[in-house]
Amino acid sequence: MNTGPSVAIYNGQSVGTGDIPVAGVEEFRTFVIEAAAAGLGLASLFAVPSRPGRFRLYAVLAADETGRLYVSSTEVPDEYPSITPDCPQAHLFEREVAEQWAIVPHGHPWLKPVRFHRSSVPGRDAFGRSEGRPILPSVMDFFQVEGEQIHEVAVGPVHAGIIEPGHFRFQCHGEEVLHLEISLGYQHRGIERALIGGPGVRTLHFIENVAGDTAVGHATAYGQMLESLSGVPAAPRAQSLRGIALELERLANHTGDLGALAGDVGYLPTSSFCGRIRGDFLNMTASLCGNRFGRGVVAPGGVHDDLTEEDRGALSEKLARAGKDVSVAVKLLWSTPSVLARFEETGVLTADQCRTLGLAGVPARACGLETDIRFNFPSGIYRFSQMPVSTWPSGDVFARAYVRWLEIQRSIAFILEQLRTCPPGPVRVEVKAPAADRFCVSLVEGWRGRICHVGITDSGGRFSRYKIVDPSFLNWTGLALAMRNQPVSDFPLCNKSFNLSYCGHDL
Amino acid sequence: MKALLARLQQKHRTISFPKGEPRLPDRYRGLPILNEAGCETGCRACLEECPTGALAKTDGRLSLDLGRCLFCSRCERACPAGAVRFGRDYRQAVRSRNDLVVGGPEIRRAAALEKKLKILLGRSLKLRQVSAGGCNACEADTNVLTTIVYDIGRFGIQFEASPRHADGLLVTGPVTENMRSALEKTYAAVPDPKIVIACGACAVSGGVFADLPDVQNGVEKTIPVDLFIPGCPPHPLTILDGLLRLAGRING
Repeated sequence: MNTGPSVAIYNGQSVGTGDIPVAGVEEFRTFVIEAAAAGLGLASLFAVPSRPGRFRLYAVLAADETGRLYVSSTEVPDEYPSITPDCPQAHLFEREVAEQWAIVPHGHPWLKPVRFHRSSVPGRDAFGRSEGRPILPSVMDFFQVEGEQIHEVAVGPVHAGIIEPGHFRFQCHGEEVLHLEISLGYQHRGIERALIGGPGVRTLHFIENVAGDTAVGHATAYGQMLESLSGVPAAPRAQSLRGIALELERLANHTGDLGALAGDVGYLPTSSFCGRIRGDFLNMTASLCGNRFGRGVVAPGGVHDDLTEEDRGALSEKLARAGKDVSVAVKLLWSTPSVLARFEETGVLTADQCRTLGLAGVPARACGLETDIRFNFPSGIYRFSQMPVSTWPSGDVFARAYVRWLEIQRSIAFILEQLRTCPPGPVRVEVKAPAADRFCVSLVEGWRGRICHVGITDSGGRFSRYKIVDPSFLNWTGLALAMRNQPVSDFPLCNKSFNLSYCGHDL
Repeated sequence: MKALLARLQQKHRTISFPKGEPRLPDRYRGLPILNEAGCETGCRACLEECPTGALAKTDGRLSLDLGRCLFCSRCERACPAGAVRFGRDYRQAVRSRNDLVVGGPEIRRAAALEKKLKILLGRSLKLRQVSAGGCNACEADTNVLTTIVYDIGRFGIQFEASPRHADGLLVTGPVTENMRSALEKTYAAVPDPKIVIACGACAVSGGVFADLPDVQNGVEKTIPVDLFIPGCPPHPLTILDGLLRLAGRING
């Protein structure tokens, strides 16, 4: 792979915007296509306006094996030849670029809106919609299968349970789903636009609200970003506490997911127990910062609140107890044939599909791929304290459930270790203002998967662009594929086995 | 058999609330306690720290709009004089938006529905949840009410799959532009008489997203609201307390 038109950085490292090569469009395309073919993951592909009528297109490619990130760029007018036909990983990123800036990727096989909002370029729209007409969510051409016996099932935006909104369009033949198309955007709040000009008084709060169940994950990525841009690393004790908070977030969500999966197959014991134990983990997070979802844990430079020795002891005890409880609750699943019969061979994804589409996190690890930011691109406490990557090869609902179970065990062990060995010192250091004209990539392994924040500062040290990629942005396509040739009644089960964020996707 | 043994191991977990006192986390932040007597002259530290502009100082009197408050405690941290503190009172739900603007530790807690509605819904309240741009935290802490710790079903309150089977809506999120129509349609599909509960800072005022172009500033801009529950997210006990007050099951 020719790394020529790129600059290599590590997770959490920043580089001068002027140091990022601006390749010609063809060279840029070739670079991205070849990197993906060589097994790199496309962590982000986005545009920033550069001169009137011109845009800088940036690509960040992640090499799991070496822990390096390669950043390249090119300049385009309002169109360019699509990368997706040769690099499917780019598919949703290019649609997003088209929607945000009205830049048309010619030859894109699936050019449709992502979040259903107007572009930031007045009067211009990549989908040919006129400015006068309102943009209605999910109003677009859905992929349709023709045939007398085909029926189309539409679900959402408002779904049956207490859940965020999204639209699912199934093409079914009898019970079998031939194709599922997912259309989101209902939760679009305009966060990326709101972050421009920051950091300001609301910035951290926007970040914590990107996906409410991943407040610690996103806030950690942001904290890392600010620390990198100001050249001040976070306090070591805080890194340990951040790790504890991040793993508690993982524990709460994985426990909830396993309970929900059990509920979906009608196995009520585990469903009830996990529903409660999840609350125990949330309360442990609340014991760190007063908020069950970890809002207010992370501060630039460290964390807001410390844990006394007594606090640490109490938390260890609660954690050990919860660990036992969750073990009893979850092991029931693996020893109940009726549960396994529903989980196994349902919603299968292959490792190839994961690699081709660039899926990340739990669904990818559930296809046997050893991809985990804590392992491949460690930052913060994970540079010093490693945990094994949890994988399972079968790619089905069972695998996605079992990976969560493995991660639960490993996270508990990790937190107990951190509580014992937390380094002394302050929990926060003073962070200076971000440096001017810098480009920084900050990755965190959120509980769903890879969180990628890219921040670009202008000549005043303010964000001229803040690009957020929640792992859900990558993984919704995985759910759509996993549903192919599955009975439509298995949709809730498959959906829960992914448990993706609607608002993390919609921003 | 294993399941039975597991049930024994897991024990009975439903809390005795509202009969018993609820247990809240040590660092829990409830109703704020404002005391401007301690303020230094001309100090605006808390006002400037607040991410949503929830604090105001008029004629020397401090007030906090709980509907905008994220309970992030930046004001408490910034205050050199202890004039802004967060207490432990979780009972924060109110019937009218203005009741959320508090000056001291007192708040006009939600009164029950008027007599006719209370008779209809007080012992059997079916709610349809609508997430209109919520970040999933309010949704999660509402969902948790249906789990065994809170077991909202024992009060006759249930979440329904269809608005046509519901007595009202529980709405979260600031109401994004893309959800406005869905919210209106869902509301229209609820048969009369119906109620609406705005749960969380976003639903009450737009929360952290207030004044952004892609969102409304809360549910009231679109449909009328009968109960406002502040918080980001509100603790499940705050939501439960609010619902029970509305149903007339808790007074005072």
